[in-house]
Amino acid sequence: MSNTAQEVEKVTILFAGDSGDGIQLTGSQFSNTAALYGNDLSTFPDFPAEIRAPIGTVAGVSGFQINFGSTDIYTPGDESDVLVVMNAAALKKNLNRLKPRGSVILNVAGFDKRNLSLAGYEAEENPITDGTLDDYNLVQMDVTKLTRDCLKETSLGMKEKDRSKNMFVLGFVYWMYNRKLDVTIDFIQSKFGKRAPEIAEANIAVLKAGYAFGETSETFSNRFEVRPAKMAPGTYRNVMGNQATAIGVIAAGRKAGLEIFYGGYPITPASDILHELSKHKNYGVRTFQAEDEIAGICSAIGASFGGHLGVTASSGPGIALKTEALGLAVMLELPLLVINVQRGGPSTGLPTKTEQADLMQAVYGRNGEAPIPVLAARTPSDCFATVYEATRIAVEHMTPVFFLSDGYLANGAEPWMYPSADDLAEIHPKFAKPVEGKEYLPYERDEKLVREWAIPGIRDLEHRIGGLEKEDGTGNVSYDPDNHQHMTDTRQAKVDKIADYIPEQAIDNGLEKGKVLVLGWGSTFGAIKTAVLELVAEGYEVGHAHLRYLNPFPKNLAEVLGRYDHVLIPEMNNGQLVRIIRDKFLVDAKAFNKVKGIPFTAAEIKNKVAEIYTS
Amino acid sequence: MTTEKNPTPLTAKDLKTDQDVRWCPGCGDYSILKQVQSVMPDIGVEREDMVFISGIGCSSRFPYYMNTYGMHSIHGRATAVASGLKATRPELSVWIITGDGDSLSIGGNHLIHLLRRNFDVNILMFNNQIYGLTKGQYSPTSELGKRTKSTPLGSVDHPFNPLSLTMGADATFVARSLDRDPIHLREILKKANEHKGASMIEIYQNCNVFNDGAFELFSDKRTKLENTIMLEEGQPLIYGEQRDKGIVLDGYKPKMVSLDEVSADDLWIHDSSDRIKADMLVRFFDDPNIEGNFPRPFGIFYQEDRFTYDDALNEQLEAHIEESGSGDLDALLRGNNTWVID
Repeated sequence: MSNTAQEVEKVTILFAGDSGDGIQLTGSQFSNTAALYGNDLSTFPDFPAEIRAPIGTVAGVSGFQINFGSTDIYTPGDESDVLVVMNAAALKKNLNRLKPRGSVILNVAGFDKRNLSLAGYEAEENPITDGTLDDYNLVQMDVTKLTRDCLKETSLGMKEKDRSKNMFVLGFVYWMYNRKLDVTIDFIQSKFGKRAPEIAEANIAVLKAGYAFGETSETFSNRFEVRPAKMAPGTYRNVMGNQATAIGVIAAGRKAGLEIFYGGYPITPASDILHELSKHKNYGVRTFQAEDEIAGICSAIGASFGGHLGVTASSGPGIALKTEALGLAVMLELPLLVINVQRGGPSTGLPTKTEQADLMQAVYGRNGEAPIPVLAARTPSDCFATVYEATRIAVEHMTPVFFLSDGYLANGAEPWMYPSADDLAEIHPKFAKPVEGKEYLPYERDEKLVREWAIPGIRDLEHRIGGLEKEDGTGNVSYDPDNHQHMTDTRQAKVDKIADYIPEQAIDNGLEKGKVLVLGWGSTFGAIKTAVLELVAEGYEVGHAHLRYLNPFPKNLAEVLGRYDHVLIPEMNNGQLVRIIRDKFLVDAKAFNKVKGIPFTAAEIKNKVAEIYTS
Repeated sequence: MTTEKNPTPLTAKDLKTDQDVRWCPGCGDYSILKQVQSVMPDIGVEREDMVFISGIGCSSRFPYYMNTYGMHSIHGRATAVASGLKATRPELSVWIITGDGDSLSIGGNHLIHLLRRNFDVNILMFNNQIYGLTKGQYSPTSELGKRTKSTPLGSVDHPFNPLSLTMGADATFVARSLDRDPIHLREILKKANEHKGASMIEIYQNCNVFNDGAFELFSDKRTKLENTIMLEEGQPLIYGEQRDKGIVLDGYKPKMVSLDEVSADDLWIHDSSDRIKADMLVRFFDDPNIEGNFPRPFGIFYQEDRFTYDDALNEQLEAHIEESGSGDLDALLRGNNTWVID
């Protein structure tokens, strides 16, 4: 039976279990393997904020969703085809995300009385036997027992044996989708091989046992084949958003001829940027784990004053702490890259869940008139291109710049046709040089209204800068009313002028004009794209424009908005971009908001567009 | 980054800017500015390699008056800004100008972390035991019961002992001087500059508008000798108008003695490398007006050689380059696992 493989275009698998079950590892291993088979893919890790929530409870469920296929993939999938659950809580939490007649692969050991009760099932309730799963294709296996049996001969303790049960499931799913085990075996070898050979052997044995179980047991009749996607020819790698961000910063520094200083403080979901950067000291990257968020940004400002590229990253509440220093950076007119990996708010909010509710904070959230350019990435790999561009603007326009990512992009992964170093545009810092017989004026500007960057250590460029209002040109402290008006206007004009140095807004998908324009920004890209492409295929006159530049906007944006009867703005917030668009362009843009800590599905967007279409 | 040496030697005048100095007439800051300007030409650092970073407060206007590189940053954060600058540009001579409110209140966190990391910088902490720029509220160093605009009934805050805090943060150079002793102050500034690591100088500064005379006991000729001890390396702790008093160490307990009873040889001999003694010396802090106890020490309390953060960070970077080669951007972009689609 296992020889007949049914060919499918794309599949969504949701792995779920207790947060100690190794679900994230299972999911990322499966992703890496799928990527190497040439599938397009998108992933969505979803885990609790607590390191270890009570075992077996719904609060402690960790999930990893992957959508992979032989066609283009833009989202991790609205609903899953296959739900793999290690315990009752994982089923309870995720059954509503399984397609009708989808498959449930279930570890029966996780459905004993205790697990059922911890998951919140009533005394006599058991989803395996009470009909809950009748309409699904149910595969039961005692993963715990099978894993223990497989490791009977080893000297490992029970706890250690049980720890490898995720490998059994992974092996089984590899069998289902006709994948080789090489990638994961290599991974296990490099992770444990030297340090703990016995653990490595155990994990590999269990992985193989899971595969063999698929082959020999007749519990599951279907085996699937997902062919490689018809992606653009080229060389690809897998990349996660935070990783792409860190690589982008290093690449931008290189192409600008600047060393990088990263000052930051650990915070979910931004920390991986610090982790990634700290591995690359040999690229001239200095990382500084500061005592707090404020020291993180202030140290980056100090580094920029010294002629390095100052970078800081955080998430919403940490960005709030950095706000005063952002105002200083605006006054100093030094390059500074500020990365906000947004998460659910306000306050500590939902640290591990995604949201895009810091747009107002980025665009307006400072005291005084303090304009800062804002850019947002749309997919995990796009974090690279967007942070690169954000850095270019910071350096070439002598300003702090916000780069917005979010939890969904940060931890999500996708294949990336990475560029070569030569493909990347050069970045040109404007360092000041002393001119014989001419006094250096720190706030003298060029045609872009940009001042020169004079760094300590160069004779005859000695100067003082600070947070007090500057006199035009000299930079001396000035309380003159007209000067303050002039400097306020100039700082705004400098940021507005950046619009002359960025591309015009393009229509990313669908029709160039028509009835509805879906205008998005950030990580809603995949869901909007999927929805719009499907709508267009169904005959709707719909277009999709996705903003990378949120301040200033591309120069042609008003014209783009005018080409459609309606503008719909879906956002994972309570309506932030929509307010700015209405304010700047006086158009009756419609808001579509979702603040649930989870991304939009393509279906939600489709329905909303269809609703507006007929209005 | 440094260009060729200055052909003509630097003078104090070269360090003055064209800006009017706008402290209140009679402010102690004038003296500190003057001592810094007169010391800097002699410390062997080119003007373009000097950077003054300040926070907020009266003292923090200082960089505007020094014709070098400078940044007037934000409240309490000069230490954090200086950390980033020094980490990236270890060759610069970085001076942090701060006050008691700036560094011990809003900036307390950054101060202790800079000290423990031991960045090679010099901190001049102007302590006037009051908030001057915000017009006279009590500060973290104001004495208990201080009546100010924000504490009309007297403050109920226990004050910080700045140098004890500094010792607690494992600073490697701990000193105290005062605005009204220019010779002493210049000496301490020079020593701080010579020290490799974070130098903390607490400078008693008189705010003649909001807290006039706070340190008069230690600066006035009539009371000074009885109430201060000038710390000198290898010398016994002797004080008093007639230099007739001293400190002995009775086990772990310092005691004031009369030289009529104890010979100078048996007194506590100052040794700035002795951490335990320094911990005791910074505790000579009770208010002599109230308790009439130990005289207040001035000078270098403690000094230690310890690796600096800026060196360690940059050595680590160089070692990584040595080991893995200077990063190849294409290798980074490629990562470890790639596949080809034809």
